[in-house]
Amino acid sequence: MGKIFFYVALALVLVSGLVFAPEKAELAIHPMDQFRVSALFGDNISWYTPTNVTLWMALAVAAVFALLVLGSSRRAIVPGRAQSVAELAYGFIYKMVEDVAGKDGVKFFPYIMTLFMFIVMANFLGLIPMSFTTTSHIAVTAILAALVFVTVTVVGFVKNGVGFLGLFWVSSAPLPLRPILAIIELISYFVRPVSHSIRLAGNVMAGHAVLKVFAGFAGALGLFSFLPIFAITAVYALEVLVAFIQAYVFTILTCVYLKDALHPSH
Amino acid sequence: MASNTQEAAQGGGSAMPQLDFSTFGNQIFWLVVALVVIYLILSRVALPRIAAVLAERQGTITNDLAAAEDLKAKAVEAENAYNKALADARAEAQRIAAETRAEIQAGLDEAIAKADEQISAKAAESEKAIAEIKAGALESVKAVANDTAAELVTALGGSADADAVAAAVADQTKG
Repeated sequence: MGKIFFYVALALVLVSGLVFAPEKAELAIHPMDQFRVSALFGDNISWYTPTNVTLWMALAVAAVFALLVLGSSRRAIVPGRAQSVAELAYGFIYKMVEDVAGKDGVKFFPYIMTLFMFIVMANFLGLIPMSFTTTSHIAVTAILAALVFVTVTVVGFVKNGVGFLGLFWVSSAPLPLRPILAIIELISYFVRPVSHSIRLAGNVMAGHAVLKVFAGFAGALGLFSFLPIFAITAVYALEVLVAFIQAYVFTILTCVYLKDALHPSH
Repeated sequence: MASNTQEAAQGGGSAMPQLDFSTFGNQIFWLVVALVVIYLILSRVALPRIAAVLAERQGTITNDLAAAEDLKAKAVEAENAYNKALADARAEAQRIAAETRAEIQAGLDEAIAKADEQISAKAAESEKAIAEIKAGALESVKAVANDTAAELVTALGGSADADAVAAAVADQTKG
C-alpha cells in the first residue's frame, strides 16, 4: 500500500515537472533568509521587542517545561514514556558532570542542565521546517559561551585564589619550556569561549544553510528535483544527529572547563 | 523581491543575519530571559522532583532486595527445620523399630527357652520311663532265663535247685 502510494507520488512529481517546468532556470536560493530576525508585530527591533527569537526561545522553554516538569508530574516509581526521557536526560547530564567535573562539580549541575536543555531543545525545534533556530546565531551562542567562561574563571579564582594561575604553569614540563607553554595555555584559555560558541552556531547554521541550498536546487531542477530531495533527506538525518551532538559537545566542554577551574593542576 | 531589498536596507548589505549587530541586544535580552526561566524551572521544580523520584526508586529497589533476601533466609530456615523434623522422625521411627524388634526378640527368646525347658523335661521323663522299661525288661529276661533254665534242667532229668540255676544264669548272662 505504502509502496503504491510512493510510486503514485513519484509519478505525480515527474508529470508536474514536465507540465510546470520552470520558464527560466534562475536559481532563487536565499539560504540565509531563514536566519533573519524579525519583529512579531511591527517593523523596528529594539532590545525588548518580541521577535521570532522570543517566540522560538519561548517554545524551547515550553518544551523543557513539558519534558521535565509535566513529564515527571506523576512521580511514578515505574516511569512512563515522558518520565523515562526526563530521567534519562537527568541521569545523562548528572553522570557527565560527576564524571568529568568531579564530585564538587555537582553543585553546578542545575546550571549545566539549563545550558544543555536549552541548546538541545532549541536545536531540535530549529529542525522543524519553517522554524527559526536560535542557536544558529553567534549572538546567542557567544553569550552562552561567555557565561561559561566568566563562571569558570570566577569559580577558579574563588576556589583556588592565585593557585588558579597554576593552570597556565605546566609544572610537569622542563623549566625553560614553561614560560612558552604558559603563553600558549593563556592564549588557548582565551580562545576557549570563541571556539565554544562558534562551534555550536557554525554547525547549526551550516547544516540549515545546506538544507536551504538543496531546497533551492529542488525548486530549480524541475524533473530532476528528486535528487536534491534525497540529499535533503540525508542531510536532515545528519542534522538531527548534529543537533544532539553539538548540545552534548557544548555541555561536556563546559564540564571540562569547570574541572579546570575546580582542579587547576595538570 | 521586496524582502531582499528590505533586508539589504536593514542589514547594511550584510548577507549574514548573524552579523547584523542591530539585533544582538534583542537576542541577548531574550536569551537571558529564557535561560533564567529554564534555570528557575529546573532548580525549583524539575530537578528536585526527578532526584526525589530516582532516590525513591532506588530506595524501593533496595527495600525489595532486602525483603527478598529476608524471605530467602526464611525459606532456607524453613527448609532446615523441615529437614531436621524429617531426620528426627526417621530416627524416632528407627528407634521404635529397634525397640519393637528387641521386644519381639525377647518374647521369642523367652518362648524358645520355655519350649526348650519343656522339651528337656519331657526328654528326661521319657528317658526315665525308657530306663524303667529297660530295667523291667532285664528283670523279665532274668526271670524268663531262670524259669527256662529250670524247665530245661527238669526236662533233662535233673532236679533244679533254684539258687544254683539263678547263679548259673547270672554267670552266663554277665558277659
